[in-house]
Amino acid sequence: MDYSQFFAMKQEIGLLVVFLLVFLYDTFMPKRALGATGWVAVGLMAIQTLFGFCPSVSQSADAFAGMYETNAITACIKNILNIGTVIVMIQAIRWSKQDMVVIRRGEFYELILLTLFGMYLMISARHFLLFIIGLETASLPVAAMVAFDKHRYESHEAAVKYILTAVFSSVILMMGLSFVYGLTGSLYFSKIAGAIFAEGTISLMLIVAVAFVIGGVGFKLSLVPFHLWTADVYQGAPTPVTSYLSVISKGAGAFAFLVILWQVFGAVYSDAWEWMLYALIILTITIGNLFAMRQKNMKRFLAFSSISQAGYIMLGIIAFRGMGVAALMYYVLVYIFSNLAAFGVIGAIENATGRVSMDDYQGLRKTNPKLAFTMMLAMFSLAGIPPFAGFFSKFFIFTSAISQGSVAIYVLVLIALINTIISLYYYLLVVKAMFISEETPVIPEFKSACSERFAMWICVAGIIGLGIVSCVYNGLLDMVSTAC
Amino acid sequence: MDITLIYYLVPSLIMFCCGIYGFLTRKNMIAMLISLELMLNAIDINFVVFNRFLYPGSMEGMFFTLFAIAIAAAETAIAIAIIINIFRADKNINVEDASQMKN
Repeated sequence: MDYSQFFAMKQEIGLLVVFLLVFLYDTFMPKRALGATGWVAVGLMAIQTLFGFCPSVSQSADAFAGMYETNAITACIKNILNIGTVIVMIQAIRWSKQDMVVIRRGEFYELILLTLFGMYLMISARHFLLFIIGLETASLPVAAMVAFDKHRYESHEAAVKYILTAVFSSVILMMGLSFVYGLTGSLYFSKIAGAIFAEGTISLMLIVAVAFVIGGVGFKLSLVPFHLWTADVYQGAPTPVTSYLSVISKGAGAFAFLVILWQVFGAVYSDAWEWMLYALIILTITIGNLFAMRQKNMKRFLAFSSISQAGYIMLGIIAFRGMGVAALMYYVLVYIFSNLAAFGVIGAIENATGRVSMDDYQGLRKTNPKLAFTMMLAMFSLAGIPPFAGFFSKFFIFTSAISQGSVAIYVLVLIALINTIISLYYYLLVVKAMFISEETPVIPEFKSACSERFAMWICVAGIIGLGIVSCVYNGLLDMVSTAC
Repeated sequence: MDITLIYYLVPSLIMFCCGIYGFLTRKNMIAMLISLELMLNAIDINFVVFNRFLYPGSMEGMFFTLFAIAIAAAETAIAIAIIINIFRADKNINVEDASQMKN
């Protein structure tokens, strides 16, 4: 075996080194140095993020007989996930200093790094065996992270719901893969695509297999009708884990979904899964929005908001042939900053006062103006109000979808547009509670920890900066068009 | 009488459907986990049989099965650990009672 092919996996090796260093630090350092574990992990992860931007990382290469592939696009996607992970890790520092968590603090950071490693494999896999291994590496440790608050019953309840639905969804996915294997005789993405293309006609079994695969991955992305686990898991999990689940897992799942659908089943797009995807997108956006309106718990509210955001992300998958990939990457990047800003505020308030209900946010402006302002920016960006980044990400994803140019796409984008207006209603409910409500504030004035403020500053800079600095999107577009 | 592909696929399909039925109807978390294992085994049978009868030249299906077994073991370990935690907290592993978070 040629061991030099491991050098194709530069980012994976970097991440493994980060994981090992954190693990060694946590295991062998004296007890008084362990307080810094969080910051050590954040620092190493920041170095790994910077390393991802080295020009040599984005060279195309493949390893293990084509099972693994890396190029400029996958390297860029991994960089986006790295940025989000660094922010989540900074947000988790305050939470990980609680008495009940502190003895297992190192494990939390190690598990986060391992799940990120699984997501790397998911994105770079060009063979379904490696993809399944990556998917399980990305989803099983998350169950342990959801159950991290050992003293809270909700945490366990959320974890059991998560693990049972996660296993069920991968079972559905693997059943679909076994059909695909039976039909085509290979598990390589390129060979399956070749066999499907050579077949010419579409068998019923292939459509069933595609439906199973879409159902299996749809569970991970919490698309309607596979979304029922989302709200309970988001509510019960510790807040840093919820924010990790809602942005990083979802972003990685979306990219992997794009690769699978187009590279493997691209030949049968209009015959087999175009309409399935249309139905999923309409249901996901609409039902996510309608349920978000009646939520009172902030974490549940953001769970349904993230369901409807997943629908918009799926629009980028439909628009693959245009500038869909660039629009999707930009959308996920902006979504990371806006959603993490919202979760940063929720986490800060929960850590200081233990309150997570929307009614408690009444009059937050009077006691904690900065937190209220950050939350307002996040809500405006999620709703897509210009000049914040969320407006441009929605704009680009709609334009890229429309450039497909069929009537069905126009109707789909119109429904998505109407839903943006509906979503304004519930995002502004939060802003109204914080700024306009005249009731006496429930949450007293408090000072958030330095790590929490640092993470929020990064997110606010991202929300405002990405909206103004147009070169980010142009850079992504150039990179995608040269790589394709 | 030759034992052909279909003699393996039908039992595997029955196992899979039993698993789905059990997963959706059983109330005990351990029983749900057993149903999941049943489905995973049905998938393993599918892969092995497709490899053996349709594509005997390569070993891809066999290898997928080996990895799927390992993954299933990891999943069960984590799920059992969580269920034990629930049992410690609540002395009960009925899924219908694990619903403190409704709205």
